[in-house]
Amino acid sequence: MPLVFAGVCSHAPGVTARAERADPAQRDRFLAAMERLRIAIEAARPDALVVVAAEHFANFFMNNMPAFAIGMAEHYEGPIEDEKWLRIERRRVPGNRALSERLIARVMHEVDVAYAEEWLFDHGIMVPLHFLTPRYDLPVIPANINCQGPPLTPLHRAYAFGRALRHACDEVPERIALIGTGGISHWPATPNSGKINQAWDREFLDRWTANRRDALVSYTDAETYRDGGQGGFEIRTFIAVAGACEGSTGEIWCYEPIPIFAVGCTVGVMRVVASR
Amino acid sequence: MSLYYLQKALYQLNRDPALRRRFEEDAVAVLASYELTGEEREAIRKPDVGLLYVLGVNGQILMHYAAYRGFEWNAYLEAMREGVLRHGPVRAGIYALVEE
Repeated sequence: MPLVFAGVCSHAPGVTARAERADPAQRDRFLAAMERLRIAIEAARPDALVVVAAEHFANFFMNNMPAFAIGMAEHYEGPIEDEKWLRIERRRVPGNRALSERLIARVMHEVDVAYAEEWLFDHGIMVPLHFLTPRYDLPVIPANINCQGPPLTPLHRAYAFGRALRHACDEVPERIALIGTGGISHWPATPNSGKINQAWDREFLDRWTANRRDALVSYTDAETYRDGGQGGFEIRTFIAVAGACEGSTGEIWCYEPIPIFAVGCTVGVMRVVASR
Repeated sequence: MSLYYLQKALYQLNRDPALRRRFEEDAVAVLASYELTGEEREAIRKPDVGLLYVLGVNGQILMHYAAYRGFEWNAYLEAMREGVLRHGPVRAGIYALVEE
């Protein structure tokens, strides 16, 4: 089946861990957009949800860091973080091993990926799932782009990865929904946490909604680090979703800069039209 | 300088509940299996979040470790700030403090 849905959202741990410390109006607008995203995903009647994430050392470390990885397990587990801190209970999340295997085999025709039959979820996947699949009844297939341990995955390869994922999703009989999750500018896990470069974010989101590939992949890592912080490296996840929807354009449903959540909280969707 | 192994020890403690239980019973024994300096071992054991930050531990690894060791959010941010005041700027990695 052709891909049935594509979107992006933030995954900041503060959204659950420090929920009450945000401006209530801003938080409620973000959570309403997440709810709208959940409803849109459900309306697309997916058989599985592919989550393109930027993990934070739940599985991959500098002893063997893949540029791209896709999970190939019957089930996953998360969060790795202290449950009371994140305020999300540790649990098993269903996967679909056979579907993963077919997707991975197809993606590998275009992009080399590592596969993983074990995969622990951190906040980068658990926070989105907490809102998007609250009953944990939709099989999840995690994918990861290295946004943490330099040298990082090049942006144009992230776009190509999205394109390859799209081709794979289009070729399997299952109905697949795709979500990319990461931050735009942020300085998480530093004393600067709460700093947000709104102008840089809005420029990036303009490029993303217009799906201007060349503009999306033109940032150097030095520029991103200067203007968007180390958290800005996670734009790779948004870029992959743009790659999956090459030739189409998107829409931003929410952009709320919430300092205590450490990021401009974003929800966006790409229109899914026939792939080229 | 063994930032790689310092981060590896924290990464494994963050994600492996069985290792955490052994660490809680005998931290010295667990840490002995990593190539660490005395200062690094002590920073993990105490924990000295400020020193770990200055030594260049990736912020995401350190954030998870601080949460495991019971640091409330503001206390964790404060510990990093104090680390920079005590030990100087972050020495490695991509999570340095930037001037606002």
